Amino acid sequence: MNNNRFADNRAWFLVLPATLLVAFSSLIPFIAVVNYSLQIVFNMNTHSFVGWSTFHDALTNEEFRGALGRQVLFTAIVLAIEVPLGIGVALTMPRSGRAVGPIMVVLALPLLVPWNVVGLIWQIFARGDIGLFGAFVNNVLHINYNYATGSVSAWFTVVLMSVWHWTSLIALLCYAGLCAIPGAFYQAARIDGASRWAVFRFIELPKLRGVLTIAILLRFVYSFKVYAEPLTVTGGGPGSSTTFMTEMLTNTAIGQFAYGKAAAYGLLYFLIILLISYVFYIVLTRVGTSEGDQ
Amino acid sequence: MTIRRICLTLFILFLLIPIYWLVMMSFKSNTEITSQLTFFPKDWTLVHYHDIFNSGKWTGSFLHSLSYVALNVAITLPLAIPAAYAFSRYDFLADKHLFFWFLTNLMAPPAVFLIPYFQLYHSIHLFDTVYAVALAHTLFNLPLAVWILEGFMSGVPREIDETAYLDGYSLPRFFIKIFLPLIGSGIGVAAFFCFMFSWIELLLANTLTSSNAMPFATMMSSAFTASGTDWGILAAAGTLTLIPGVLVIWFVRHRIASGFALGRV
Repeated sequence: MNNNRFADNRAWFLVLPATLLVAFSSLIPFIAVVNYSLQIVFNMNTHSFVGWSTFHDALTNEEFRGALGRQVLFTAIVLAIEVPLGIGVALTMPRSGRAVGPIMVVLALPLLVPWNVVGLIWQIFARGDIGLFGAFVNNVLHINYNYATGSVSAWFTVVLMSVWHWTSLIALLCYAGLCAIPGAFYQAARIDGASRWAVFRFIELPKLRGVLTIAILLRFVYSFKVYAEPLTVTGGGPGSSTTFMTEMLTNTAIGQFAYGKAAAYGLLYFLIILLISYVFYIVLTRVGTSEGDQ
Repeated sequence: MTIRRICLTLFILFLLIPIYWLVMMSFKSNTEITSQLTFFPKDWTLVHYHDIFNSGKWTGSFLHSLSYVALNVAITLPLAIPAAYAFSRYDFLADKHLFFWFLTNLMAPPAVFLIPYFQLYHSIHLFDTVYAVALAHTLFNLPLAVWILEGFMSGVPREIDETAYLDGYSLPRFFIKIFLPLIGSGIGVAAFFCFMFSWIELLLANTLTSSNAMPFATMMSSAFTASGTDWGILAAAGTLTLIPGVLVIWFVRHRIASGFALGRV
């Protein structure tokens, strides 16, 4: 939001319809979730108020802490791979020419695949019997690889799938940021005899700060909400080795019908995402006002 | 220069080979899929596509998916455009708080809301309709559209608004005649992103429907049966889900990145 705007409270009429619909979609369910989180729900008509004990249970529960730990590890691994790789891909892309359009389409393609189909693609690609990749690793590299029985294989598959699915997002954003750098900056660097690394470190990286913040924020949130892709491929297994937060939550709510517990888990989950997103938001709005943005 | 090109080519191959494998598998017979690994179908067959197009359940579920996506875009944009204009041009009570609250809904994990959604849409008799899914997807699409549009609108100089008002334009007339054409590409990008996030979402769509409005993704899980998995029909169905994305992506290919950057590049 820019700073010199008309002061006029009648603008509320413009945001009112959107606010009402978002309130309907989020505020009413949110109140219901808070209500459930304080109760043990036996069925839709029988429940008893238990107060904060569900939250206390959640924090000491092995299931919750296990899923949260795996979730944090997964998010850390995929961010550590996808962010540098995405920047790297953006740097290799041509800035102009006829190839740009098709390259953009190919890069964006994985982002437009429904999430269960991403899982399907990797399932049939990584299976040892019918999958090209699984057969290659097992028969050509002679590495014992089966994502259904080995938890290392399962993690490798889930991480590789995430890299396939989402690296393009970071690459596309960084590419747009790189294209916005005026040519004069590069000319000045050439006159000064700057190395390729110096150009990246002192010209490109600072100019990418704005887009990178958005990219990392979106990647953090989406990796933290990951659900259908690992579920389709590994079913959360072997055991519960690839069961992440959303799957643990739906198992608790729909599998075990433990609404109260699921609601408490869900609120904590939401709170964690919100806290980290708030930090990002503060950084984001700062970036928006500094000269480094455009 | 050549090293760059090789790296980029390798990455593009990494993106394309799994998709290639899916598409090729959809043209193989089930015996060929399970008996041998072939880079290219030995006997091209359209039997899986034939099965899908001749099954009312498959085609019906594809139409359900398309209709809740289209409905969602039709609900989201008319509400998001005025809201984004207000955030971009006016200073009003609690504007920053409201904007952040919108943002939190983009971040919210839908799994948290599963049970209340199920009950809410049951109680207003919209359960198992495409309207339920279209409304539920506004949870994240409306904030996203507001955010993208606000970015694009803030890129239009405020002097244009002021000049138009001095020329005697009213707000609605200025908005329709001058402002909307100026941010046309931003609206296109916002529509694309609403389409995309509604099309790829599964959890809410799955929870809010049963047989009457079953989405395509749910229909796909019916191919996993106790007697074995029908890989051919799954591959064909997966290939079909790629088509709408490929069709719309070409129109926004130069603006995808600015959309993901929420109109800020």
